[in-house]
Amino acid sequence: MLELKNVSYTVKAGKDSYDDRDHDIIRDLSLTVEPGKLIVITGPNGGGKSTLSKLIMGIEEPTAGTISFEGTDITHMPIDERARLGIGYGFQQPARFTGMKVSKLIRIASGEKHMSSAACNKYLSAVGLCSANYLDRDVDKSLSGGELKRIEIATILARNPKLAIFDEPEAGIDLWSFDKLTATFEELHKGQPDHTILIISHQERIMQMADEIIVIKDGQVARRGSRDEIYPTLMFSKNQDPACGFTRAAEAVTY
Amino acid sequence: MADTATIPAPAQGATGSEVDLDAISREMLEVIADMHGDTPGAVNIRKNGCLACRTNSEHVTITSKTDNPGIDIHVDAGCKNEHVHIPVVVTEEGVHDVVYNDFFIGAGADVYIVAGCGIHNGGDKDAEHDGIHRFFLEPGSHVVYVEKHYGEGEGTGARILNPTTEVHLGEGSSMEMEMVQIKGVSSTIRKTTGTLEADAKLVITEKLMTHGEQHATSDLDFEMVGDGATVRVISRSVARGNSVQVFHPNVTGAAACRGHVQCDSIIMDNARVTSIPAIDAKSTEAQLVHEAAIGKIAGEAITKLMTLGLTEEEAEEQILEDFLS
Repeated sequence: MLELKNVSYTVKAGKDSYDDRDHDIIRDLSLTVEPGKLIVITGPNGGGKSTLSKLIMGIEEPTAGTISFEGTDITHMPIDERARLGIGYGFQQPARFTGMKVSKLIRIASGEKHMSSAACNKYLSAVGLCSANYLDRDVDKSLSGGELKRIEIATILARNPKLAIFDEPEAGIDLWSFDKLTATFEELHKGQPDHTILIISHQERIMQMADEIIVIKDGQVARRGSRDEIYPTLMFSKNQDPACGFTRAAEAVTY
Repeated sequence: MADTATIPAPAQGATGSEVDLDAISREMLEVIADMHGDTPGAVNIRKNGCLACRTNSEHVTITSKTDNPGIDIHVDAGCKNEHVHIPVVVTEEGVHDVVYNDFFIGAGADVYIVAGCGIHNGGDKDAEHDGIHRFFLEPGSHVVYVEKHYGEGEGTGARILNPTTEVHLGEGSSMEMEMVQIKGVSSTIRKTTGTLEADAKLVITEKLMTHGEQHATSDLDFEMVGDGATVRVISRSVARGNSVQVFHPNVTGAAACRGHVQCDSIIMDNARVTSIPAIDAKSTEAQLVHEAAIGKIAGEAITKLMTLGLTEEEAEEQILEDFLS
């Protein structure tokens, strides 16, 4: 359903750059994603995971290569058109909206202006928020980071896109809510066999749900395979894992 | 509460000249005072400087002033859930309407008051309405006051609204004021002042949108003189086009009291916003805080709404609508 061909994303010197060199965030990356999969993208910080997901949503545009979704070239398509094609995105650090009610954001996400409060409730309880308290709250700085993050995830559930991308959904979420969240992801995955979920995560419980794991490092696909192939190498043999080069180098210095 | 005023039904007990309400006036009344058809409670509609309609209710008496243009509104002590609507419409160019309205709220009364002014200026001469409102709240009374200002019309004449509002909150009384300038007002100079006795509570929310070449100035000045008084000023504004806004809210604490001033503005296009919040403590027990922020619409908020399928323009409008909601 999703195909990236030779995609690169280079930040030119001088633009968002701390020195005068060009930075290749994504380098000649090709990737095909089949429908119905739950895929976890992992890898070291700064490896290009978030950028890759933003390129798929259109929040950033590639400097080379093409991206297609269900046969349509979306390489230079605006964000909102991609959204209408069926791509959704849960931000790692969600935006706040002064004066907007949680219920309204959920309704915008679902596309149903007159969605009942009971229906809005359903999405909030799926992320462990007691809706009676939250529907009339503003999506502003009065919400804690964890509350805001769960509301962000609820908007994706309400939108129910064919391809749902979540950038570190577990970040900032407490343990109890995390249990609820993993259960929700599992339900979402099993309930809709033709929908695809891409989750950027370092969390082993989330990786254990994956059909496939993709390791992104230095802007490229370092490894890709089934959970059973990739997961043990990530968790139990860090020092041999090429994705953990930084850890190895740091240890070499320390000892 | 049993009485209702039907627009434009002949006014009951009306004094002064009576004016028919045309379609434009009725539309504006909907916008500024949420009045359509029957309006419960006491009603006084003023059009182009004259009384158009008046209804008293069991506990609310409206009388015309004898010295100045304007009305006295008396709300009986102890009455609950009373409604008062006193909107003003100006539909002619060249009108400069000045009106003095005084509200006397009896002890323990609980009342909802809707004011507001709409100007439709189809001509090339200016149209101006200056409302001077004074509120006297007896101890323990509670007032919700909503005032909306709106301008429209295809003429080049300016639509000017210069409201002055003065509030006196007696011991233990409370007031929530919502003052909104929706759009279309060429120039406004708003002055709002007040004093608060012990345990009085005031929350004032001011929302303003300017566009084109409009100018808006808002000065607010409140003094808390009694222990336990609280004032909260919330100002939200959007400045578009070449418009200019100046805010100067000041809260003075002269007792063991608490004050909070919060000004948030969204600036767009070539607009200019000056925000000068001030706090003034005359007592070691006064706790006063102010915060002010001016900025463009957050790019991340637009991006988020676009990921939910809104176009960039729709996202921007949605954010502004909620900001001023």
